Amino acid sequence: MLKDITIGQYFPADSIIHRLDPRFKIIITAIFITMLFSADNFWGLLVGIIFLLASFLMSKIPMKLMLKSLKPIIPIIIFTTALNLFFLDGVTFFKFGFIKITYEGLETSAFMIIRIIALIMGSSLLTYTTSPITLTDAIERLLSPLKKIKLPVHELAMMMTIALRFIPTLVEETDKIMSAQKARGADMESGGIMQRAKALTPILIPLFVSAFRRAEELALAMECRCYHGGDGRTRLKKLCSTPADYNSLAISILFLAAVILLNITFG
Amino acid sequence: MENIISVRNVEFSYANDFDDNSSPKQILKNVSLDIKKGEFVAILGHNGSGKSTIAKHMNAVLTPQSGTVTVEGIDTTEEDKLFDIRQHVGMVFQNPDNQIVATIVEEDVAFALENMGVEPVEMRKRVDDALKSVGMFEYKDHSPHQLSGGQKQRVAIAGIIAMRPDCIVLDEPTAMLDPNGRKEVLKTIRQLNKDFGITIVLITHYMEEAAQADRIVVMDDGKIIMDDIPSNIFSNVQKMKEIGLDVPQVTELMYLLGKNGFDTDTHIIFEEDCTKALLDILKITHN
Repeated sequence: MLKDITIGQYFPADSIIHRLDPRFKIIITAIFITMLFSADNFWGLLVGIIFLLASFLMSKIPMKLMLKSLKPIIPIIIFTTALNLFFLDGVTFFKFGFIKITYEGLETSAFMIIRIIALIMGSSLLTYTTSPITLTDAIERLLSPLKKIKLPVHELAMMMTIALRFIPTLVEETDKIMSAQKARGADMESGGIMQRAKALTPILIPLFVSAFRRAEELALAMECRCYHGGDGRTRLKKLCSTPADYNSLAISILFLAAVILLNITFG
Repeated sequence: MENIISVRNVEFSYANDFDDNSSPKQILKNVSLDIKKGEFVAILGHNGSGKSTIAKHMNAVLTPQSGTVTVEGIDTTEEDKLFDIRQHVGMVFQNPDNQIVATIVEEDVAFALENMGVEPVEMRKRVDDALKSVGMFEYKDHSPHQLSGGQKQRVAIAGIIAMRPDCIVLDEPTAMLDPNGRKEVLKTIRQLNKDFGITIVLITHYMEEAAQADRIVVMDDGKIIMDDIPSNIFSNVQKMKEIGLDVPQVTELMYLLGKNGFDTDTHIIFEEDCTKALLDILKITHN
């Protein structure tokens, strides 16, 4: 069962969005988020949604997958809607006992729902179309100016890469340890939460011990391959931006401008 | 022939971190050893004989407490030449999982080159060459966890070859592999030695693997006790057994037959030679 896990949520396909330079994709996603949050009327929000739908259609990501990404945020949506719906003062729309819903409440909660859904879909689009390793790579390069203020950008990216590399290995190992402990009569499926949490100890301890051993060996192997941090390092694959990248960046900036313009006109 | 690595009167002991009063255990006792260019040397010894420790001295992972180790004329204690030494002598470890850094095969092979600051165009070429020479080129876009143990170990070897080292030290590279993986890896090692002239130091538990080397060094209790060509080493069946090591099955067969009054030669270490010898014996007894 553990073997089926996927790392990140990359959905391989061949589309314009997949081929974009990951650095640009991150920046465009940031612009899109700015669009959503600077929009203060429905027209502005509509522009953001058009932008999202257009990129979604170009990405060849199945609708089902997109909706799946919304599942974990349903509680958040319900919570914010309830807050806005019941606690906002204004012209009464509906009244029943102590429950009072106002027009303003309805409007704000609809606005918030659309904003949150668009936000999650937009950022999922980034992770669906970019593999975790390229994403790490892009983040390292985007943050590289911060090296000047002594932020260990390369080290952070390296840590992420190694974590991604070792997830399947450790999952496999957990599987093995679980089988070994079950063979010795460990019971992991019955009992209350506390009991089950306790039953995890004989799995976690060997897992940690082996993770530390692996870390030590990996460090040695890296040293033997001349690893000495990020200084003077070159890369096998160079990220290179194409005209398509600049065009899509320009388009997203135009959309942002449209949103701001609509804010001024209707604000 | 020129020496690529020379070890002179090296002593080494691991400090005991937990108990300062106990005397540290001496792992290497006055060891001297020369590895010539282009040679295929196997180092044999049971656990704790110091064979891994001597291997780690060969690319400056460890430095001797007394005595000297030189690689291509560079003393391994010269810290500013550390990366030169590691480029000359690459090292492959036992567990392939714990030496692969990247999530894609070709990126892992490129890892050492990236560290050395090789230009991307040159890097591409070297990575492709290295993957081809271990027969893993068609897997270059795979993720390491999709590969078998033998394939992973070959990727790890490719990662070393990409540095274009003169010598590769392999510390029990086949210990965690299944028989097929062992065969694959050993075949790769032999090819690298024959076709590319890379010096090989193979540390192993398997006598059949050691038999393929040009020369065998046997270690016991921190000392080198034998250093000869494989057939001479294994013909000392008695002595090998005394220090807890085996001999190839065919040599053992020859030895047992000899003990039982047949005229056999314990210098035989390969199956083909053994078959021939057995046929001869059968002919004689038949006539």
